[in-house]
Amino acid sequence: MTDRKTTDNAPLLEVSNLRVAFPTRTGMAEAVRGVSFTLGREKLGIVGESGSGKSMTGRSILRLVPPPGRVTADRLAFNGEDLLTASAKRMRDIRGRRIAMVMQDPKYSLNPVMTVGRQIAEAYRVHSKAGAAEAKRRALEMLAAVRIRDPERVYDRYPHEVSGGMGQRIMIAMMLIPDPDLLIADEPTSALDVTVQMQVLAILDDLCSQRGMGMIFVSHDLNLVASFCDRILIMYAGRVVESCRASDLHAAQHPYTRGLLASLPKIDEPPGDLPVLSRDPAWLEA
Amino acid sequence: MMIDIQDLRVSFGDGADAVTAVDGVTLSVREGESFGLVGESGSGKSTVLRAVSGLNDDWTGRIAVAGTEQGPKRQKGFYKLCQMVFQDPYGSLHPRHTVDRILAEPIAIHGLGDADARIDRVLRDVGLGPAFRFRYPHQLSGGQRQRVAIARALVLEPRVLLLDEPTSALDVSVQAEILNLLRRLRAEHGLTMVLVTHNLAVVANLCDRLAVMNRGRLVEEMTVEELRRGAAREPYTLQLLRASLGYDRATAESFRDYA
Repeated sequence: MTDRKTTDNAPLLEVSNLRVAFPTRTGMAEAVRGVSFTLGREKLGIVGESGSGKSMTGRSILRLVPPPGRVTADRLAFNGEDLLTASAKRMRDIRGRRIAMVMQDPKYSLNPVMTVGRQIAEAYRVHSKAGAAEAKRRALEMLAAVRIRDPERVYDRYPHEVSGGMGQRIMIAMMLIPDPDLLIADEPTSALDVTVQMQVLAILDDLCSQRGMGMIFVSHDLNLVASFCDRILIMYAGRVVESCRASDLHAAQHPYTRGLLASLPKIDEPPGDLPVLSRDPAWLEA
Repeated sequence: MMIDIQDLRVSFGDGADAVTAVDGVTLSVREGESFGLVGESGSGKSTVLRAVSGLNDDWTGRIAVAGTEQGPKRQKGFYKLCQMVFQDPYGSLHPRHTVDRILAEPIAIHGLGDADARIDRVLRDVGLGPAFRFRYPHQLSGGQRQRVAIARALVLEPRVLLLDEPTSALDVSVQAEILNLLRRLRAEHGLTMVLVTHNLAVVANLCDRLAVMNRGRLVEEMTVEELRRGAAREPYTLQLLRASLGYDRATAESFRDYA
């Protein structure tokens, strides 16, 4: 990544002792239990199994944890600005414009009764004073930037008329058109075929390096995150059990990380029983 | 041959809207073999499986299972021979039936009797044990549910097990447990398995042979040994292999569509 990183040393995002809790009949259940990290203009992967709190970590940054969930943190700051005390109005300015989020499934995230082009143009107009014609021009440019071959034709389509891979590219176009500084991508490619997944990742990769955007990539796929991100946090039961450079994942120390890696079947290994992860209660406190 | 498929064709819709999902597939699976059917979404791999299992009755061609030619409608005896496990254990178990009732139903349908001992045995077989017998699906984890789904298929003691993405809804640590379970059951019961998946690593772990499908056609058949060496002949298979190795900027650039 480029000069923007070297000139801009302040962290984009500071998270310290983040906790997300939900009230249940038996007391508060903590989904995230004291997560801390800082993010620069880099690609940070958050990996974990279902229920590890990885998605809730992503959502709490945008204050999108649904009630009655409660988010607390010693510090949750974006570009030095405290997100926990920001007003609802200020959060609406930040969401989309400064921090954008791509969800897993485009089928449920796009408005089914509005053409995809209008949705992208709307995302632009909400955050700028541009007129309709200008917004349409920018939306078409953005569709081309996510490598949709015939932007004019796709612009007038409804979400049900596009494939999953194209829908996800449209989502990414919509999230990137206000030119955010931070993109939170929650399993952005899990619903896609492997080849389409690679193409979508290449688009995100280019956009990060060209715009100097920071990215949080939430995923359950260890190998994918290791090959795509710069740095990885491994979450287990609401805590970060290990953090490492993506290239050093194979040398991970924590038994949970090592167990996860071992339990993955590999193409070049002979068939045989896979090591099964035995969960140590001590990991909950580690 | 346990399963013999000749020139299978399946299409959906009529006239101008007709889509050919399976376009002349021919393949056979030996008794006791574990066969992988691999492809991306829309390749027709699940449709082949659904035609074999009798869930899709609108096909042409020839399907024979255990030497018996199959028509569009199946006899009850067929399901004693051939059972299927589905992808999503959250959708494939009746939410208001206990594990006991879920497992008792196929026994009653086939009039096998001795339900109590059979249920007890099959629950132990899939590594759950009798403690799970009177639970409801919502009281089970995803991996436990998938074990119940496998138990439901096995309770009839079939010779063929059809598996449609049996681990793709599960976490990787649970996936490893289910793959180990399927390997053990196959060895103990001499099962013939057909596994549909998009995950080449799962095929490499569990299968002896595989076929790659793309857009309704069978692109290539190979042994898992060849897969492990990367010895694919077709460019589409090679692309699939590269894509499953993880993200690489240059590789992503090289991808193209194969018709």
